[in-house]
Amino acid sequence: MEILYENLLNVTWQQIVMWAIGGILIYLAIKKEMEPTLLLPIGFGAILVNLPLSGAITHGEEEGALTTLFEAGIANELFPLILFIGIGAMIDFGPLLSNPKLMIFGAAAQFGIFFTLCAASMFFDLKDAASIAIIGAADGPTSIVVANKLNSNYLGAIMVAAYSYMALVPIIQPPVIKLLTTKKERMIRMPYEQKEVKKSTRILFPIVITVIAGLVAPASVSLVGFLMFGNLIRECGVLNSLSETAQKVLANLVTIFLGITIASQMQAENFLALDTLLILGLGLFAFIFDTVGGVVFAKILNLFLKKKVNPMIGAAGISAFPMSGRIVHKMGLEEDPQNFLLMHSIGVNVSGQIASVIAGGLILNFFM
Amino acid sequence: MNFNPMAFVDNLKYMGIGMLSILIVMGVLILITVLLNRLGKKSKKDE
Repeated sequence: MEILYENLLNVTWQQIVMWAIGGILIYLAIKKEMEPTLLLPIGFGAILVNLPLSGAITHGEEEGALTTLFEAGIANELFPLILFIGIGAMIDFGPLLSNPKLMIFGAAAQFGIFFTLCAASMFFDLKDAASIAIIGAADGPTSIVVANKLNSNYLGAIMVAAYSYMALVPIIQPPVIKLLTTKKERMIRMPYEQKEVKKSTRILFPIVITVIAGLVAPASVSLVGFLMFGNLIRECGVLNSLSETAQKVLANLVTIFLGITIASQMQAENFLALDTLLILGLGLFAFIFDTVGGVVFAKILNLFLKKKVNPMIGAAGISAFPMSGRIVHKMGLEEDPQNFLLMHSIGVNVSGQIASVIAGGLILNFFM
Repeated sequence: MNFNPMAFVDNLKYMGIGMLSILIVMGVLILITVLLNRLGKKSKKDE
């Protein structure tokens, strides 16, 4: 009979805390529908790897499946890059191409990354600080690739923070936006003029972006390249079947493995540390200052523009796509039911996707 | 982990260079996109 309960004696209080964290993530995923595709596998994985002597992770000579998946798919950046093909195939750059000026907001909203780099450097060495700062990219694959390339000691906490905060964008951004804008500013209308975008422009755009980003930040060219490859599949018009597969089957498959594999880094002995709490705090700091950067930049631009922009669209420049764009649109409707900001905010949101990858490349340029 | 408040000031240069670089890159992308749109319109007129 002893064989049935002897492992129970190996349970530690830290593991029980991790089960609770896993439970909270699963609750948020199911009950609150916060990024369920990621939070649910991460939450379940957190419980799985924190069972005493869990066979899911490697112990000495005994190889665990999740550790093997981690080595095969995350340590070499394969999963995040493949996922980027799917994301690229999902993105319609149309709203951005019809109003390219919106791209500047995507750049401004990367402020949180660089500001957090300075803040994190007070506690961590520069490479770890840079890896933590990139949580502000609001883009899981970019965070994984940058933290991996910089050999950060905090990969697990960074990945968990990046994905958790992406799910929490609807909670984090609205109060910051409201704090920085007046009701009058939030009510500024931005009529959308539908402009036709030529097919040749849609096809050339991902190629040109890849070339330019590759020239500026060669270390991150795989990120941009995979994202834009996915988009080229979508826009070329002759690979509809591949585009559909990339958007649905491929992205879903990778997401299943990505979430649960990330959880392999959530073992209690590594995760429950003061450093982790500080990283979670700095990740939140980065998201808040991304939002601040975008909104304040739009307000500054308004000082010079005849045709004012609604400063809330600046907040959509973080790359949490498409949540951030939708939040701004919803906030606009709350102030004025006739104020439709969706096309502008989604345009800014996709530019944030491009800008965050370029910011990741710049960070790698600085510290590699 | 140690606490070094001066590191914040020392590393502000990365913030300056980083933000300037990203604004320049995105500016270049805007120009190229405008150019692509113009070329698209022109070829449509030619047709």
